[in-house]
Amino acid sequence: MMKAQVEGVWYWRVAIIVGIVIVWHFSSGRLVNPLFISAPLEVLNSLWGLMVSGKLLFHASYTAFHSIAGFALGAFVGTVAGITLGRMERLALILDPFLMGFYSLPKIALAPLFILWFGVGTEMKVLFVAMIVFLLVFLNTYTGVRQVSREQITILRLMQASESQILRKVVLPSAITWMFAGLRLSVPYALIGAIMGEMIASNRGLGYLLTDATAQFDTAGAFAGLTAIIIMAVIFNAMVRVSERLAMPWKEMDSERELSF
Amino acid sequence: MNTVMVSDNIVTPLRSAQRAVVEFRNVDKRFFVNGAWNTAVERVDLTVSQGQVVTLVGPSGCGKSTLLNMAAGMFPPSSGSVLYRGEGFVGLNTRVGYMTQQDHLLPWRTVFNNIALPLEIKGLSGAARDQRVHELIHLVGLEGFERYYPAQVSGGMKKRCALARLLAYDPEMLLMDEPFGALDAQMRLSLQVELLRISRHLGKTVMFVTHDLDEAIALASRCVVFQGRPGHIAEIIDVDLPAERDLVHIRFGTRYVQLTQHLWRLMAPELTSMVAQREKQ
Repeated sequence: MMKAQVEGVWYWRVAIIVGIVIVWHFSSGRLVNPLFISAPLEVLNSLWGLMVSGKLLFHASYTAFHSIAGFALGAFVGTVAGITLGRMERLALILDPFLMGFYSLPKIALAPLFILWFGVGTEMKVLFVAMIVFLLVFLNTYTGVRQVSREQITILRLMQASESQILRKVVLPSAITWMFAGLRLSVPYALIGAIMGEMIASNRGLGYLLTDATAQFDTAGAFAGLTAIIIMAVIFNAMVRVSERLAMPWKEMDSERELSF
Repeated sequence: MNTVMVSDNIVTPLRSAQRAVVEFRNVDKRFFVNGAWNTAVERVDLTVSQGQVVTLVGPSGCGKSTLLNMAAGMFPPSSGSVLYRGEGFVGLNTRVGYMTQQDHLLPWRTVFNNIALPLEIKGLSGAARDQRVHELIHLVGLEGFERYYPAQVSGGMKKRCALARLLAYDPEMLLMDEPFGALDAQMRLSLQVELLRISRHLGKTVMFVTHDLDEAIALASRCVVFQGRPGHIAEIIDVDLPAERDLVHIRFGTRYVQLTQHLWRLMAPELTSMVAQREKQ
């Protein structure tokens, strides 16, 4: 991206936030009932209260654990399965309609079954997140493995490379790009999974905090919970982006260079 | 750059043996494209012997690359046969090295690691591998670019990197599809000298596709002229220049001039006759 376009972007972003907060502040109680939208200072106050009492950290750590553990499990199994199936074309062909059918299913619909199978504890949330992340990472990795340049594979075959060398030196590195696309896509879904799980059946986690606050008509508390969730999502995204940069230095170089033909 | 003399008295000319490496016998190749059969090459008879550099010239799309592909075993001919050292073969021919028109470097590997790839496949590692890679980098003039990724270097540098990679795995026959196309004159000359030296020195057999008519004569033991379409061999020019040749001075010799003139006339009959007429007037 051109430098001139990037300059000043952050000022605008801050300006937008400030603008929203000001409108929010002055409309609350004057134009809209505070029961529905609370007020910025109330939310800040509530957030502060949650922080001081340690409740925020307590609930956030559960949500973080549910989503990170589920994410890790789902990403690992998804990557391995994607690579394996990507290399076994016939099996992939047979399983294709089942996979697509399963992929199209709204995963939330499976939450009640997961409660039935795994109870209402930590396992259920972790596995629920893992299932959602698995599908995204699996499908992306699988596509990536199948899109590896056949020419590059042939060039290596001419060099008398073995199948395992081709896998290590061509297939895996070129599938990494796709795998990371799946990982990036999965971050919000991992959080959705964790919070849905906590909302449906739990007495801890940010999802529980959210339902608990709204049940008591504590709108400020609900907005405080939402703020915490957004912050967590931003942190997760940054983590994936950093690991992406570490795993694929050549991509970085590509986006940094000047555009030319 | 005064050392362009390609002479090495120790090497006994291998061409006296005249052993065939690749033979195309009455080869046709058709491709099924957009619902119709399209003939890429037809009635090709060509024998490439041990230690020869055979250049292939002709208009684009007349099947020169198709012949290289068949020599590499990418696909069989539609009719006729392709033999390698007197025998037919099925599947990839791993005794040849192929430098394709696109460089096909691995984008996630640096210049250094791309060149090291064939050595890694052979099981070479550590200092021995690094030393060989440095030699090759020096040979193709890529010093200082070892740590660059392919996306960061110019087209000519990618070509040189692909050439170094090809030489790294040291196949007994080289298939080269316009390898020097994107290079400047000096780099092109020094790599041509190097290619001839390798071919003479190690007895490598080379099939070399080019669009540069000078190059087609200067490098060749034999120059195969194609015409399209469908592609077929119009003429095979026996380049009776000395096997050990100085690529700069050879261009001023009468025999070289005769041969390139002949090739120009074959390739562009209308143009050359026009020029000749104008010169008469």
